[in-house]
Amino acid sequence: MIEIDRITKTYGTVNAVDAVSMTVETGSITVIVGTSGSGKTTLLRMINRLEEPTSGEVRINGKSTSSLKPHLLRRRIGYAIQGHGLFPHHTVARNIGAVPELLKWSRDKINARVDELLALFSMDPAEFRDRFPAELSGGQQQRVGVARALAPRPDLLLMDEPFGALDPIIRTRAQADLRQIQRKLGSTIMLVTHDMEEAISLGDHVAVMDAGKLVQYAPPAEIIARPATDFVANMVGDVERPLRLLSLISVSEIIEPGEAEGEAMPETASLRDALSACLWTGRDALPASRGGKVVGRVTLKAIRARAGAHA
Amino acid sequence: MTGIRTHISPPGLLFAVLGLAALLVPFMTLAANRIVAGDGIVAWRIAGPEITAPGVAAVAMGLAMGLVAGRTRLRFLGAVLGLTGLLWLLSRSAPVLLSQGGEYARVSPAAGFWFLLVIFMLLMADALAALKPGPFMRGIILVAFLFVLVFIFRSGLLSDLSVLQEFSGRRDAFFTEFVRHLGLSFGSLAAAAVIGFPLGILCHHRAALRSATLPVLSFLQTIPSLAMFGLMIPILGWVGNTVPGAQAIGIAGIGFAPAFLALLLYSLLPVVGNTVAGLASTPPAALEAACGMGMTRGQRLLRIELPLGLPIILTGLRIVLVQNIGLAVIAGLIGGGGFGTFVFQGLNQTATDLILLGALPTVVLALAAAILMDIVVELTRQTPEEAA
Ligand SMILES: Nc1ncnc2c1ncn2[C@@H]1O[C@H](COP(=O)(O)OP(=O)(O)O)[C@@H](O)[C@H]1O
Ligand SMILES: [Mg+2]
Repeated sequence: MIEIDRITKTYGTVNAVDAVSMTVETGSITVIVGTSGSGKTTLLRMINRLEEPTSGEVRINGKSTSSLKPHLLRRRIGYAIQGHGLFPHHTVARNIGAVPELLKWSRDKINARVDELLALFSMDPAEFRDRFPAELSGGQQQRVGVARALAPRPDLLLMDEPFGALDPIIRTRAQADLRQIQRKLGSTIMLVTHDMEEAISLGDHVAVMDAGKLVQYAPPAEIIARPATDFVANMVGDVERPLRLLSLISVSEIIEPGEAEGEAMPETASLRDALSACLWTGRDALPASRGGKVVGRVTLKAIRARAGAHA
Repeated sequence: MTGIRTHISPPGLLFAVLGLAALLVPFMTLAANRIVAGDGIVAWRIAGPEITAPGVAAVAMGLAMGLVAGRTRLRFLGAVLGLTGLLWLLSRSAPVLLSQGGEYARVSPAAGFWFLLVIFMLLMADALAALKPGPFMRGIILVAFLFVLVFIFRSGLLSDLSVLQEFSGRRDAFFTEFVRHLGLSFGSLAAAAVIGFPLGILCHHRAALRSATLPVLSFLQTIPSLAMFGLMIPILGWVGNTVPGAQAIGIAGIGFAPAFLALLLYSLLPVVGNTVAGLASTPPAALEAACGMGMTRGQRLLRIELPLGLPIILTGLRIVLVQNIGLAVIAGLIGGGGFGTFVFQGLNQTATDLILLGALPTVVLALAAAILMDIVVELTRQTPEEAA
């Protein structure tokens, strides 16, 4: 558990981060979202003490981060940044093994960990281990950057706009991969983004920041359904709010008995997908399937009712 | 000759035109003794046709072979043929000319020879560049080249030339000054590195120190070299006379110490400046990541900043080495030794050959050092460039 306790950073007379408190559960993804200059990066960098807080405290599993030397603290906290920050003169293996090397793991243990992580990120170890960063695609560089941050099995992984340099198509893929790997490893992640869409699709919790203040900290569904301030509502975007909400609800929640024409929707799909299928094919209802078998139907009316429930 | 439309290499054409023009300029000089100015003689008059005809033909053929675009090996062979022709003309004509000139006569190569030498060297460099030799290949070429050079001088082929006559009378002095020259240029380089690296690293970390140091070093660099060496005389003379024990370790107004110090002062700017630039060339994101993963400042320096900056830092050393090999000549003026000793003796006696005895090895040494350092710089740049 990560506890952030009234942490503040003042530059001159401006509070870049203003008395932010929040608690992050172990094994979850918390996304910090806000406009540019709202203090997200500063908040993140105070957690691994790349910035020293003006006041306040961060505790990891009950222990204050100020009780350790900064460089020793940082070896226990993964850090991945926009533009990956890989060392251009080190091979992929040496990049990934950088922190274990600082921690003086044995050669064998480092090599095994490097191969394990490369495989986890769907990169063939034999092929990629000895390449240099310049010999990788943008998406591969980003994955190696995250693998490097995960190498020492950190208590916490901090990510500052990790997908910012990726083009939109691979970004979606990278987000899905991160989600999957996080679930598999049970990692605790705090991720900064300015993209509300990314925050909603990735976060177990979303923290919205505005001018240094934490204005709302809640699960994504609540952020969409009950934005705490106009600023949050704006970030979510009034027009797209119903659609965003639908994208968080799966078909299985509103299956009703009955029949419908045409191609079936798997029950794991989102209501957003179901809605677009209805509109696209001009149907009022779709068959819903579970494991390939039709088990009922979803109606446009029911989708509309769910979308309107929070409007 | 396969067709009318043979492709012509533009530099080859330039070399051929300049080369033919150079053939019209005096090739050798014959003087009555080592002081007086001699008379220039063009290539086809330096000896009988049994010597000049094959030599001039080889030169012309070499220039012609350099014309063919895209045929790298042919052009390289053209350069070798031309250089061989020059060597032939030089070595064969010298005894003939000497025998015509009387007891104290001196023969030496004249402008035409030097022009052609430069032209064929350029042709060879142009051809070699097209082969894009790797660092190891270039090392081998350099060694082979120096080997051929030493072989030619050891063979006695050129011993009738005036420069080599000066040399044969000063064989021991030549090698003493050679070692002195190396000591001055490499020694001041080493001292500059020992002082400059730590200073550069400190400047990298402290902006205030950097903005104070670099202008001072730049100023030192702008002092004209003659003035710099001259200034060392009173300064070190005073130190030698006032600081106890200074004279015992060789500090005096003239000699090795002031020359060494002057070279050291000139060396500091390239070493410190390139160290600062090299360390600053680390990509900011890599540095941020290094910090964020828990590297200490020392670890960042040793693992990230120094290795990434090494090519730039070594480029600074290359500048210093080549610069010092040239500047060390001026040490001869204040009794510091080195090849400059011959140059200034030659200037005093108006003996051109003696000047050349100091100048020519300096040029060869500087060129060899430049090529060698380029190879070292390239070997340290081991990471692949960002794919385009
Ligand atoms: N080192 C610094 N010195 C002064 N002001 C800073 C510094 N770092 C950040 N700031 C200011 O703090 C505010 C928050 O910055 P930052 O945390 O980088 O925002 P974000 O990551 O949300 O874009 C900005 O107004 C920025 O100008
Ligand atoms: Mg930021």
